[in-house]
Amino acid sequence: MNFENFHRIEERVFYALVAVLGLIVLLGAGAWHYMEEHGHIVTGMSNQIVWGIPHVFAIFLIVAASGVLNVASIGSVFGKTVYKARAPLSGLMALAMLGGGLAVLMLDLGRSDRLIVAMTHFNATSIFAWNIVLYSGFFSIVAVYLWTMMERRMNGYSKYAGFAAFIWRLILTTGTGSIFGFLVARQAYDAALLAPMFIVMSFSYGLAVFIVVQFVMYRWNGINLDPAILRRIKNLLAVFVSSVLYFTVVYHMTNLYFAKQTDFERFILLDGGIYTSLFWIGQIIIGSVIPLAILFHPQLSKRCNAVFPAALMIILGGFCQLYVFIIGGQAFPLNLFPGMEVTSSFFDGRTPHPYTPSLPEFLLGLGGIGVAFLIASIAVRVLPFLPQDDFSHLNKAENITD
Amino acid sequence: MNNPATFNWKIALKWLGAAFTAVMLLAGAPISGAGEHKIDAKGDKCVSDTDFMRRNHMTLLKHQRDDTMRKGIRTTQNSLKGCIECHASPKNNSVIGTNENFCQGCHSYAAVKLDCFECHSSKPKAASVAPHVVVQTRTNEAAQLQASAANTVEGSK
Amino acid sequence: MSSMDKNRRQLIGAGVAAAAGLVIAPGVTLLDLAHARPADQAADGTKRWGMLVDTNKCASGCNDCVSACGKENGVVSTGHPETDPQWIRKVELKEIKSGKTHSLPMMCQHCAEPPCVDVCPTGASFKRADGIVLVDRHICIGCRYCMMACPYKARSFVHEELHDQNPEVPRGKGCVEGCTLCVHRIDKDQLPACVEACKAAGHEAILFGDLNDANSEIAKRIATYASTQVRADLNLNTGVRYQGI
Repeated sequence: MNFENFHRIEERVFYALVAVLGLIVLLGAGAWHYMEEHGHIVTGMSNQIVWGIPHVFAIFLIVAASGVLNVASIGSVFGKTVYKARAPLSGLMALAMLGGGLAVLMLDLGRSDRLIVAMTHFNATSIFAWNIVLYSGFFSIVAVYLWTMMERRMNGYSKYAGFAAFIWRLILTTGTGSIFGFLVARQAYDAALLAPMFIVMSFSYGLAVFIVVQFVMYRWNGINLDPAILRRIKNLLAVFVSSVLYFTVVYHMTNLYFAKQTDFERFILLDGGIYTSLFWIGQIIIGSVIPLAILFHPQLSKRCNAVFPAALMIILGGFCQLYVFIIGGQAFPLNLFPGMEVTSSFFDGRTPHPYTPSLPEFLLGLGGIGVAFLIASIAVRVLPFLPQDDFSHLNKAENITD
Repeated sequence: MNNPATFNWKIALKWLGAAFTAVMLLAGAPISGAGEHKIDAKGDKCVSDTDFMRRNHMTLLKHQRDDTMRKGIRTTQNSLKGCIECHASPKNNSVIGTNENFCQGCHSYAAVKLDCFECHSSKPKAASVAPHVVVQTRTNEAAQLQASAANTVEGSK
Repeated sequence: MSSMDKNRRQLIGAGVAAAAGLVIAPGVTLLDLAHARPADQAADGTKRWGMLVDTNKCASGCNDCVSACGKENGVVSTGHPETDPQWIRKVELKEIKSGKTHSLPMMCQHCAEPPCVDVCPTGASFKRADGIVLVDRHICIGCRYCMMACPYKARSFVHEELHDQNPEVPRGKGCVEGCTLCVHRIDKDQLPACVEACKAAGHEAILFGDLNDANSEIAKRIATYASTQVRADLNLNTGVRYQGI
């Protein structure tokens, strides 16, 4: 690790970055206003595809937010020194991305002016309502956790705060997976497997996002990452990506063997058009196989220049996975009358339900990403979030493997 | 005299006080359309007296809406439909539309958003227009099974 | 006979009389309950409203129920079929193996265990005491989770601004809605619009009534002829039953 060339980026560059991100956020807000004014008729969503592109962005941000905190958890809960230096940045990214994801979700509501109603009326049987509690609690717990890590006098408590954040995060991601898992009516979703699958997805996306952010920060500040640390992080990422692949296989096998949902599986895996392409090319090849090849390659995996694009591909694969999961799952029609051909004026039986994402939806989703990165950029400029490894301590060989 | 480089709080405070007083005086001046606005109403009296209604109509409506929605209690005294029946303007048969209308007049002056009429009709129910609709009550459905159609709608209120 | 036997007989006689009275008395009041509920009285769980659809009497091209619902509730087409709300629709079925065709109306099934009520974050989707599943549009935030959860695709989202709503049926942009079993008509002792239209046209494919009342036409028919619930595997105990499929 090399601090010789360390420099803060110039003021002008920082303000330009904030201006660009601010513009993205403004466009997102404009898109929200347009949707609010005219109704969802201006989007591509319909009575058949009720959750669209904004939800793909929002769920990605929320799941990745939970996962990016993993880096801090490995440091605080499992005591690995190398990750401890990265914990504050990981906590910040978690807060920023959760904020961005929730912003998109809340602004896509049909009555987004009723957020107060959502907070004051609570249906205890609704996993959605529980998620609202879990997300709010996550903000508080991670804020406390950051405080214990960054305020010297509180450092002793950081492992307790870290443990609380870790448990809360597992419950939260289980809750997010259960939003879909509890939908007994739909072939794509009715599965207990979705809760642990979302947890593993969060690990994978979160670490990929962290690697991207850390890489960009180091590049702009003239720092090189130590190869030993890079090796540990890329191995961990490879484990997570393989786990997601494993869960994907189990999910499809379950659908085929136990639930006998062959029509739905054929739709996703074979003749679903865009959904099939995004699954095989987006999620499997670009999102899993090529990154794994890079991460396990003996020479390539040693270079930041190769691991960084691998992380970007994993993120892209994650978006494809969520698109197939959320929208593909709705594009396949509900099967009300097994063994029968069905037609109606409400498009029963029509496969697939068509969906064309519209510009306002994309702008809203991108606005959420803008919010997340705007918060992160300003915080990183103002507070000491840059991971700085203490090498006098780490140079003892056994500490690197701790 | 004070050093010109430092900020003189006393003088700033005096200006602020003067500005505040001016604003308060101006705000007190009567603005056309405020408060003294004509009430469109049929019938002899409202549910309650005007002062009470001005302050509490939302509480009455909120309570009534839950009674009607959740429990199916459809008394007309505090119902929104009942209000509209009486307070719709004879000009456009509505309680919103211009600042002369009953609901919109006060709400636009007080700058309080009216959310009701996104869903609720702002006009009273039209008089019965379907002479050939059959109305059958469940008590005599067995008898009506043999009867033919084309009774007029009976006294829909 | 001893005096103890006599006392015992009197006691048994009194007991039988009392029991008979207890058994018959509710039946006497049940006949009264067939009249409309007064406006200031809340709906209660003694009734459970339901419908029975006889698909053998449901003709393939007929849309009387759908038009009646549209006219009563203001649910009309705006030329955007994919986003237009539909509270009731005719579904045409054809059994793949045998080729037998059916036609039936599909609307909110008013389940006793509604998934939409379970998942609604604010509690806007609720079941009234007498079994009707409704959306309280005052607190609906338009999240569309109930639309994801409903097995029957019964709910629609209002994608555009609405005008000239029926004052009895408030509905608006940004909220989710579905068949209300014409609750505003039921509370006035009238039939749902679809049932009435079907009857008026002479098809008599839809029967409406109180499922809890053993003497009602609907309860008697369900007890006599086989009927099914759509997606019975989900154990939702629907209020709408079908015969002939």
